[in-house]
Amino acid sequence: MASLATIFGSGAMTNSIREIEDNEVIFIIGSNTKESHPVIANMMLKARAKGAKIIVADPRKISMCKFSYLWLRQKPGTDRALLNCMAHVILEEGLYDQAFIDEFTTDFDEWNKSLEEFTPEAGEKLTGVPKEDIIKAAITYASSRKAAIYYTMGITQHTHGTANVNAIANIALLTGNIGRRSTGINPLRGQNNVQGACDAGCLPNVFPGYQRIRIPKIHKKFENAWAAALSPNPGLTAPEITEKAAEGIIKAVYVMGENPVLGDPNMGHTIKGFKNLDFLLVQDIFLTETARLADVVLPAVCFAEKDGTFTNTERRVQRVRKALLPPGEAKEDSWIIAELSRRMGYEMNYSSSEEIFDELGSLWPALEGITYAKIQQRGIQWPCPTKNHPGTEYLYKSGFPRGKAAFTPVPFDRDTVKEDKEYPFVLSTGRNLFHYHYGSMTRRVKAIESHAGKAYLEMHPDDAAKLKITSDASVKISSRNGSVIVPVRVTERVRQGEVFMPMHYAEAAVNILTDEKALDYSKTPGYKITQVRVEALIGEEK
Amino acid sequence: MSDFEAKKDLVTLRINGITVQASSGETVLTVARRTGIDIPALCHHPKISSSGACRVCLVEINGVPMTSCTTHAEDKMEVITNSPYIEHLRRDMIDLILSDHPNDCMVCQKTGECELQELAYKYGIRNPIFSGERRIYSKKDGNPFIDRDMEKCILCGRCIKICDEVQGVGAIDFAYKGFDTKVCPPFEKDLNCEFCGQCVMVCPTGALTGKAWIGKGRYWKIQEVDTTCPYCGIGCNITLHISDNRIVRVTSPEDSVVNKGLLCVKGRFGYEFVSSPDRLKTPLIRKDNELHPASWEEALSYAAKRFLEIKETHGPDAIAGLSSARCTTEDNYLFQKFIRVAIGTNNVDHCARL
Repeated sequence: MASLATIFGSGAMTNSIREIEDNEVIFIIGSNTKESHPVIANMMLKARAKGAKIIVADPRKISMCKFSYLWLRQKPGTDRALLNCMAHVILEEGLYDQAFIDEFTTDFDEWNKSLEEFTPEAGEKLTGVPKEDIIKAAITYASSRKAAIYYTMGITQHTHGTANVNAIANIALLTGNIGRRSTGINPLRGQNNVQGACDAGCLPNVFPGYQRIRIPKIHKKFENAWAAALSPNPGLTAPEITEKAAEGIIKAVYVMGENPVLGDPNMGHTIKGFKNLDFLLVQDIFLTETARLADVVLPAVCFAEKDGTFTNTERRVQRVRKALLPPGEAKEDSWIIAELSRRMGYEMNYSSSEEIFDELGSLWPALEGITYAKIQQRGIQWPCPTKNHPGTEYLYKSGFPRGKAAFTPVPFDRDTVKEDKEYPFVLSTGRNLFHYHYGSMTRRVKAIESHAGKAYLEMHPDDAAKLKITSDASVKISSRNGSVIVPVRVTERVRQGEVFMPMHYAEAAVNILTDEKALDYSKTPGYKITQVRVEALIGEEK
Repeated sequence: MSDFEAKKDLVTLRINGITVQASSGETVLTVARRTGIDIPALCHHPKISSSGACRVCLVEINGVPMTSCTTHAEDKMEVITNSPYIEHLRRDMIDLILSDHPNDCMVCQKTGECELQELAYKYGIRNPIFSGERRIYSKKDGNPFIDRDMEKCILCGRCIKICDEVQGVGAIDFAYKGFDTKVCPPFEKDLNCEFCGQCVMVCPTGALTGKAWIGKGRYWKIQEVDTTCPYCGIGCNITLHISDNRIVRVTSPEDSVVNKGLLCVKGRFGYEFVSSPDRLKTPLIRKDNELHPASWEEALSYAAKRFLEIKETHGPDAIAGLSSARCTTEDNYLFQKFIRVAIGTNNVDHCARL
């Protein structure tokens, strides 16, 4: 999101879910939509029934490929090369939108020059996608005025995630496929309220509503609003917090409703960091792997036991309502925070979640027009600046908030995946249809657990044959950070030399293997590429 | 499209003597329902294509009985939906369906929400006049989500169509012929199913129900609360059905703004975690390297004291907060405010990157 915000002035899905069915071209890159966002896939199938062409770019043969007009099977880590090559073709074919480029963009010439080397022929070599398919995909996308791009973590969870997002933005700007109904750039958010957590300001460099701490006027605004002196320095990101904890610089951490031990890359490193703390406070609904390390654990209520709002992937603020009494002495997160704050000398007095919401709205114009009363029946999409505003279905109808959007040259350094005899396989991680994230919720649903309760590693039949193993045989998979034992699922969903492991299973935790080195601008770890070794087990270990 | 062209596409017909306008692609059923005239239908469903299988939506068109769900509105059509002749035909169709349907509404989970039961009630059919052989099936239940009672299946085909047309899966289809026709997976074997439960949503009878909610209470005794799904970022609109302080079932309004009633396996069937015995019920404090139950007062005071001590000794930037993309926006707002004001640092982040 950080990179989208840099280019356009705000980072969010530009279009609405209900616009999907009117797409003419749906370009899915790095999103296993049918499994990770099943109901969005339903909308895409509806568009397809109305004649839309679906282009899938994914190294894995994901379920969406079945419905695709074209499937580009790029090598892992080559997305930006693929996108650059598509841009090259669009320029060659004259399918760009000159009027849009002139009016709404900058830095075209410099970027155009950077594309010279990205011919379809070069693309075939770099990405493994046949040049005819690259050309066909580019022409299909650029020939429609209702073409939309959909992506998720397959684009962002790379050490070069920002470059990937820039490359996506470039082709949308080139074709002018943004700022209208049913065309734009749509990052599909993975968790129910990622959008809301970002909007609310749970980010180290911005106050609520993406307002930059570094800007003195804004800093002053929040000091006045909260009647307190505030730090003028941007804080640390989640991966940096773990890093600094391991170094002994961060001494105490307060975790609310997260499980970084399972969720952060390189579990050994994370545990080391959290164990090194003087004080760890965890507030959750279950005794998670992180909570087990805590000095104090506070029992919180779940979504069905409290009032509030979630903001979905299309920026729609929707009500969450209390339907149940909480178990035991569990309390609402807001109550816990306020009680803690009071004991630390800062009073927070709110009589309802609505009051908290209104305070946020008073500090961020995009939310100012939304009230609980207005979203009683159906949610409203921000920006919604005034009380009579209906909300915003798609963004950038009248240009970008930052003025013009810049084309960004995206170099391809060609070495994301290195030749490595010791760790020859490329491991990617992600979700399957049945489980959610690190499993604290779905693994406690017996029906789901009995149907999809076993961890597995997807491996190509030829690789399995070389290791002399068949489905269900256990293998030891190792990276430089650690190893796990997991049964194999032999399948052609993955290519030779590539393996995939779902992230949901604590007993075969992928993040024992992944690496924490976040080199990217947005500090997002590279979950999608870890170089690993896979060994068949013999004797006892089996 | 110019006004002239738009007008060319409009047709004028009469339904039960009322003059109505329709666009030429619309079916008689749609036009009638839009006009406020109810025509019952068991196989028709707005989310799928029409097949005209159940014959319950028969109407008289220019004197001839025709299925209104498959007949397009035409200019000067004369439609009668409620003549004694049509009502008689319709009653017979329902009667025929009931002749091969278990008469066990008193124990059926679908009671009160069953479209067939509703029609039997409307037409006063207590004992079907047609009698004969009944289909007897033993229950085959290999899956943990959906209960299938094929004796209650009226072969309307809604489940088949929604699975194929909306879900893109095609897990089931009609097999065999005539009286032996039934809905099943290929070769009655491997069910390649995503368990989204769209089929359960559209099933007009008790043939398909969610296993989790069988026997958990009649729908009119269950409290319904509209809220938002706690799983992925789509934010599907859901209705929690609450009985005895438990979520016994989850549905989604068919016209819901985000998801139009569609859900996935997690959104429809994944709520047992809420009442899991593993839920944390009391604060815990670590003593002698183990977590022990404590009172709220103890836990909060101790936590506040430790934060204050560390802030005093090492400064506020030695403290950090990690919030949650699963908590509400309000919780997150308060959390960052706490970290920024009460602690005094901008070290606050959440898992959007992860």
